[in-house]
Amino acid sequence: MKTEHQTDTPMVEIRNVHKRFGDLEVLKGIDLTVNRGKIVSIIGPSGSGKSTLLRSVNHLEVIDQGEILLDGVQVNRPDMNGLAFERHINHIRQNMGMVFQHFNLFPHLSTIDNVTLGPRKLKGMDKKIARELGMELLDRVGLAEKAEVFPNHLSGGQKQRVAIARALAMQPKVMLFDEATSALDPELVEEVNRVMRGLAEEHMTMLIVTHEMTFARDVSDWTMFMDGGVVVEECAPEKLFSNPDQERTCNFLRKHLGDNH
Amino acid sequence: MDFNLMVEVTPLLIEAAWVTIDVSARSMFFGFFVACGLVFLQSFRFAPIRWFARGYISVVRGTPYFVQLLLVFYGGPSIGVRLDPITCGVFVGAFNIGAYMSEAIRGSIESVDSGQTEAARSVGFGKVQTMVSIVLPQAAPLMIRSVGVLAIVLVKNSSLVSIISVVELTYQAQRLIGSTYKPLEIFTLSALMYIVIVYAVMGIIELAYRRATRYTTQ
Ligand SMILES: Nc1ncnc2c1ncn2[C@@H]1O[C@H](COP(=O)(O)OP(=O)(O)OP(=O)(O)O)[C@@H](O)[C@H]1O
Ligand SMILES: [Mg+2]
Repeated sequence: MKTEHQTDTPMVEIRNVHKRFGDLEVLKGIDLTVNRGKIVSIIGPSGSGKSTLLRSVNHLEVIDQGEILLDGVQVNRPDMNGLAFERHINHIRQNMGMVFQHFNLFPHLSTIDNVTLGPRKLKGMDKKIARELGMELLDRVGLAEKAEVFPNHLSGGQKQRVAIARALAMQPKVMLFDEATSALDPELVEEVNRVMRGLAEEHMTMLIVTHEMTFARDVSDWTMFMDGGVVVEECAPEKLFSNPDQERTCNFLRKHLGDNH
Repeated sequence: MDFNLMVEVTPLLIEAAWVTIDVSARSMFFGFFVACGLVFLQSFRFAPIRWFARGYISVVRGTPYFVQLLLVFYGGPSIGVRLDPITCGVFVGAFNIGAYMSEAIRGSIESVDSGQTEAARSVGFGKVQTMVSIVLPQAAPLMIRSVGVLAIVLVKNSSLVSIISVVELTYQAQRLIGSTYKPLEIFTLSALMYIVIVYAVMGIIELAYRRATRYTTQ
């Protein structure tokens, strides 16, 4: 049955993904499954390839080997080229919301236009309906009163919340977060985390790269520890953060949990 | 100063000033398309096409405009390219300024943070839509400023087309001096006219710039 098939297919599947930049192999065969409605966090030291992996899911990096599937549909298509691939990837990306460390809001557009540009231009949504949707989303991230403001008048935390609303406006199947809070002043981190927790409660599927161990432990269903382009260990966060199997995980956590408490 | 003379020759100089404006404006207009073409060619994956565009830009930038004019006007006929002076002025002006303008356009596009393109692509925008809706509006202020500087250079360089006997402001001034022997009066007048033209161009640039940066002040 169709519904059954849908619930069984993982939302994101990463299979044996390899990626190199010149001589540097950054991803050395990564496998990861993110099930529907689940939250998976990726942790690991700087340079371990977390961002590269997340960006590969969105095809902002082109992988050299392996495959990535979104809801059963292959994202990377080495067999496709030119315009056909362009169409394919644009369609795939509409189903993925990506949130960047540095927000990357469009500075020439007001907050509301940042949110509604995608639905209007890509889904042909009527201006009025798009606005309603945009206002609803801005309200959800607590920024309805900033609708007409331009991004350079927002704080970092506000910018990131608008960026989340922008991604949500496309009604994505999965949200990808690449250190959404690490460019923020400490006092602004919580407002963004709160929005992300809200999404978790609504069972949004999320793949989160983070340096915040406490947040990762609290919010995720599954945690993956990466180092040097390989998966060192992956398991439920309760286990990973209290009783990891690997020595490398232990060392990493000792350093980083210390910072967090 | 002979003010009577100045009043007398003013209409003649104004007439010539229109030729200066006409040649400059048309060079700018066609130059814009040359520039866009050069930017486009440089985005090709096939390297020889990029080399051609780079080579062309290097040649134009590496040689004096004056020499380019003389080459096309006097050298052209021997390969069958016979242009009347104004057409030649417009043509050489366009291909000259186009090379510089392509660099200005490319530079302003490249000045836009790559995170902007990534964000747009991650939402699902295609390459063209990303360029039109996200990159170009942000590149516009810098583009307007740097293309504006070129427009001013172009107006002033247009005095060089007098060498191929286009009767523009400078040529007309020289002709009038030949018959009146009043270089101070006549060159002062023509300098004033250049100032008026240049400041008008600067005004247009400023307006366009303000329009392009509305969002930063809102
Ligand atoms: N475009 C690129 N070209 C060359 N090398 C790159 C590129 N992007 C990333 N790298 C390299 O790949 C490695 C992994 O980078 P990546 O950004 O994925 O790490 P990360 O785990 O996200 O680190 P951080 O925690 O600092 O964000 C690093 O050594 C980095 O220098
Ligand atoms: Mg990173």
